[in-house]
Amino acid sequence: MNNSDLNSVSMPDAGSFDFAQFPDEHGRFGEFGGKYVAETLMEPIAELQAAYARFRADPDFVREFETDLRDFVGRPSAMYFAARMSEAYGAQIWFKREDLNHTGAHKINNAIGQALLAKRLGKTRIIAETGAGQHGVATATVAARLGLECVIYMGAEDIERQQPNVFRMKLLGATVVPVVSGTCTLKDAMNEAMRDWVTNVDNTFYIIGSVAGPHPYPQMVRDFQSVIGTEARAQMLEKTGRLPDAVVACVGGGSNAIGIFHAFLNDENVTLYGAEAGGDGIETGRHAAPLSVGRPGVLHGMRTYLMEDNDGQIIGTHSVSAGLDYPGVGPEHSWLKDLGRVNYTGITDVDAMSAFHDVMRFEGIIPALESAHAVAYAKKLAPLYGKDKIILVNMSGRGDKDINTVAKLEGISL
Amino acid sequence: MSRISPLFEQLRAQNRTALIPYLTAGDPTPGATVGLMHALVGGGADAIELGVPFSDPMADGPVIAAAHERALRHQVGLRHILDMVQEFRQMDKKTPVILMGYQNPIEAMGIANFAQRAQAAGVDGVLTVDLPPEEAHGTAKMYAKANIDPIFLIAPTTPINRIKIIAELASGFVYYVSLKGVTGAQNLDTQALAARLHDIRHECALPVGVGFGIRDARTAQAVGHEADAVIIGSALVQIIAEFGAGDAAPLQQKVQAFMAEIRHALDTQ
Repeated sequence: MNNSDLNSVSMPDAGSFDFAQFPDEHGRFGEFGGKYVAETLMEPIAELQAAYARFRADPDFVREFETDLRDFVGRPSAMYFAARMSEAYGAQIWFKREDLNHTGAHKINNAIGQALLAKRLGKTRIIAETGAGQHGVATATVAARLGLECVIYMGAEDIERQQPNVFRMKLLGATVVPVVSGTCTLKDAMNEAMRDWVTNVDNTFYIIGSVAGPHPYPQMVRDFQSVIGTEARAQMLEKTGRLPDAVVACVGGGSNAIGIFHAFLNDENVTLYGAEAGGDGIETGRHAAPLSVGRPGVLHGMRTYLMEDNDGQIIGTHSVSAGLDYPGVGPEHSWLKDLGRVNYTGITDVDAMSAFHDVMRFEGIIPALESAHAVAYAKKLAPLYGKDKIILVNMSGRGDKDINTVAKLEGISL
Repeated sequence: MSRISPLFEQLRAQNRTALIPYLTAGDPTPGATVGLMHALVGGGADAIELGVPFSDPMADGPVIAAAHERALRHQVGLRHILDMVQEFRQMDKKTPVILMGYQNPIEAMGIANFAQRAQAAGVDGVLTVDLPPEEAHGTAKMYAKANIDPIFLIAPTTPINRIKIIAELASGFVYYVSLKGVTGAQNLDTQALAARLHDIRHECALPVGVGFGIRDARTAQAVGHEADAVIIGSALVQIIAEFGAGDAAPLQQKVQAFMAEIRHALDTQ
């Protein structure tokens, strides 16, 4: 990246419309989003949409959600100035500490919101897909707390590389089902969860973990995660008296990114950056960066940017981070990309690993490998911004779950 | 007009139920598909649903999902499948062919381009599992222009007002998914089915095909009492899974014999 990249960042006329008004009534963000599901799910989705519209306006529901975020999750999460990293990188680096949440990532915010909805709808069984296992752990956690049966679908390859989280889910009473179809990763886990849902739709609530899937999921998950940005914006104003110049987050499905971006979308002087998984490098084809090199298509109930071949088959992805290893992305991100409101770039495994070590050595924090992608992007941006500028990074999760992966990559046996 | 409506008119006049088998194109190999299609017709199929393999067949159960994977190992794409239909049409100009699959491969080709090429190849209908009527208006228009029937699903969860919406957009026939679940699921309740078909017919004048959960002559006969068409997928694909690794001729014979058994059961109900 060079200075001309930074200068070419285009800002839409943020005053021209209110981002909060999207999606529209059809669940669309521009051409993206929608409801591309089998007929059996159309009515359940319509019911979910109606229920969500009712409860999000219900003060009792909002109060219960906010109470749980405070007393069970430990919100608000801290806003932290990374002093030594700022010195090393050359800009003022701040972390929004979602890694300090109960269960160790932002995923719990959404899992609580949807589980409360499931309970109000009288569902007795919860299912979810998971990649890195963070959403699976969060879902198993809330299911345990509410006394609901819980089944988590997880790709066989991800089970292999995220053993600690698999064990956590089991300890919480969840059944973890290994998915051996397709590429044995997150997208296949989502296929399998959809199959379960379509079969058991009467008693089952599907808690999707990202801002993906058919409407109303992208909206619902965004709303539950937007607490991140709402808090961060207020905290930044309180601590520094101003807004950040840049906000950076990693993007797999994109829930932590939407969560922190949303409160800043109408702030035209805040530039937003999304770090996709660049894997071995975009040019190698071994990555998970649909916004960087994909094209719009239909998968998992939504129209969005996808990684696909010329025949429209979804292609296998690669990332060191299981949580970013997804060939699609939430439809709102596709829309924000096309609007030019958010800048998306692929961050390689190598750069993410380097940032992982930086965060540990400079700040004494173990970042999730997913979040390390955002830090790596901030490292590239910092010299372009300079030491008077504030770059806010969403530290979306903690990396305890990743230490086996890191050890293996570095040839160390634990 | 496609071949679908004339087929149902003819069958109605003869008081017969249509038999529509489903086959994933390219399973077990791309070279096998046209021969298997002829074998199905030889065994008594009235129309053929040809599955377009997709990397992420979310609405399909393990049997058909595995068929998609087998086909994709040979890199079978939509363009190859249109070639297969064209080849099939050289020998068979009368049996309707319905493509069944997911939206993304069609969009990758371009919907208008696909509609035109499908018409030229001799395709009669397209059923896109993940394209409900709410998302299908533009697509349905393009298909109509190419004399291709957009086939829509109706599910046990579909309320009456949605059946009306589907009926407005559909042509050819509608496909009633007889159970909640994925393809290949079990436990078909024929009494509940009869009541449900009565409701569907009240809202929709098109013939109603029933699929999901029909696995043998007995279940086909039970459903055949109520439906205008009986659709068999997983049971047939399972035969291909078991015997597909061998030579083409014995596989075709097995498939044809399986069809003939169901045909006999439907014609003697």
